[in-house]
Amino acid sequence: MYHIGNMVKELAEKYGRKRESLMPILQDIVKKYNYLTDDAMVAVATELDISAAEVYGTASFYTFLDTEERGKNIIRVCKTITCSMKGKNDIISTLEDILKIKVGETTPDKMFTLLETNCIGWCHKAPAILINDMPYTDLTPETVIDVVKGYMR
Amino acid sequence: MKNKGLTKVDLIFESIDVRKVMNKAFEMTSDEIIEQILESGLKGRGGAGFPTGLKWKYTAAEKDPDKFIVCNADEGEPGTFKDREILDKVSSKVYAGMAIAGKAMGATKGFIYLRGEYRFLLPQLYVELHKFHKLINEIGYDFSIEYRMGSGAYICGEESALFESIEGFRGEPRNKPPYPTVSGLFAKPTSINNVETLVTAVMIIEKGPQEYVKLGTKDSRGSKVFSISGDTPIPGIFELELGMTVQEFVNEFGDGDTKAVQVGGASGFCVPRKKFGETIIGFEGVPTGGSMKLFNSSRSMYNVLHNYLEFFTEESCGQCTPCRVGCQQLLLGIEKVKKGDSKSTYLNELVKLADTMKVASKCGLGQSVGNAFKSIVENFREEIIY
Repeated sequence: MYHIGNMVKELAEKYGRKRESLMPILQDIVKKYNYLTDDAMVAVATELDISAAEVYGTASFYTFLDTEERGKNIIRVCKTITCSMKGKNDIISTLEDILKIKVGETTPDKMFTLLETNCIGWCHKAPAILINDMPYTDLTPETVIDVVKGYMR
Repeated sequence: MKNKGLTKVDLIFESIDVRKVMNKAFEMTSDEIIEQILESGLKGRGGAGFPTGLKWKYTAAEKDPDKFIVCNADEGEPGTFKDREILDKVSSKVYAGMAIAGKAMGATKGFIYLRGEYRFLLPQLYVELHKFHKLINEIGYDFSIEYRMGSGAYICGEESALFESIEGFRGEPRNKPPYPTVSGLFAKPTSINNVETLVTAVMIIEKGPQEYVKLGTKDSRGSKVFSISGDTPIPGIFELELGMTVQEFVNEFGDGDTKAVQVGGASGFCVPRKKFGETIIGFEGVPTGGSMKLFNSSRSMYNVLHNYLEFFTEESCGQCTPCRVGCQQLLLGIEKVKKGDSKSTYLNELVKLADTMKVASKCGLGQSVGNAFKSIVENFREEIIY
């Protein structure tokens, strides 16, 4: 468990304490800690003087504002039609093999979470994945291993 | 019908002197800018195709001193990736387009809502934005732009959902009217335009509307950036004059075995081979935000439709029942027919459901699910059943 209170205060100073500050604050917390803990959402609610249910309600609407525990590196494999046609399943099974987890799971060392996601806008270079913010495209089962290995240390 | 054929164009990515075009616009009156955009016939490039000049005109007509120009960079339609390329290559033209729109309607503040999937672009976009702010300061014009990030929700590309998201709420579309031009972001008059629309407007000011109307057809003026993917030897981004037929498009981009083209993404229309010759790509035929997906005969159109319906089921905001339940039932429905648990005539019931969604859904998402559903079921019925 991390000490979130100070960070939330700093973010509120940076973005303000209005309702419109909520998204940037939540986005920055996720950027740093990969997901939103209950404590984090309560701290944000207190700081912005809104109910925790409002914070959870907003966060849970957005796919990238995870409210479940996530690893340090979140791998999102695009599953929309072109990536699906161009070998998404091979990418998934390769990732499942090397990380020894299934889609939706996090490695025991909390280094990786493997997820599927909807179209990320790289259809012309399918199959594509996002690792955190970075896109990787034109992947093959061989190249995706190299990409993920780069995140292993 | 006589058609234009396939012509490549270079407007959007053409490098121009941004200072010069802004100076040119700032010397014009608001009415003159709006008049030029109206004359050009430019329609929104995000897909819905509302006349841009009218949007600016309506916003300009509002008396409120606080107005906003919002750039919709929440490019989420499956198969669309042109806005990322535009921002990546010519973001200064996007910023200039916002400033010119701001001048036209009396807004001094702009927001760009960028989808979370494109966050990696931000550092470079901020460098360009800093240069732009410096430039506009030198010109002596009061206008500034801020970025707001999305967090992985397709529905936030819907204009009122996008406002909700910027305001810090769940991205659930609002009732219309009031339209954004009257009550948009923070309940202020707002013009919300697609990335490409803003750049096109810059080019219209630069070249003059008379030059621009030489491109395209009566209903679809100008050119358009297409995002081309699927079964094609040359996937990528191409700027083409509007008014070509799907056949002409396939002749250029197909792999020789194209059986269908999905025009306009998951919310667009599927055009089967037998209709390639008669279908114009544009507002008089099949409109598109630029997404063009080619499918060859090795692809199962059941899988394509299933993939789209899964997409909509996940991305429906769930606020209104026709869309939330409709998407789920269409998906379950085709699965049942495929498995043989339902008779093939059940597809007729599903088509009726898609029709109901079109009239009863609150926003464009639910209203357009039927486009792909009906055009795939009607043209590839046997692939859905067997």
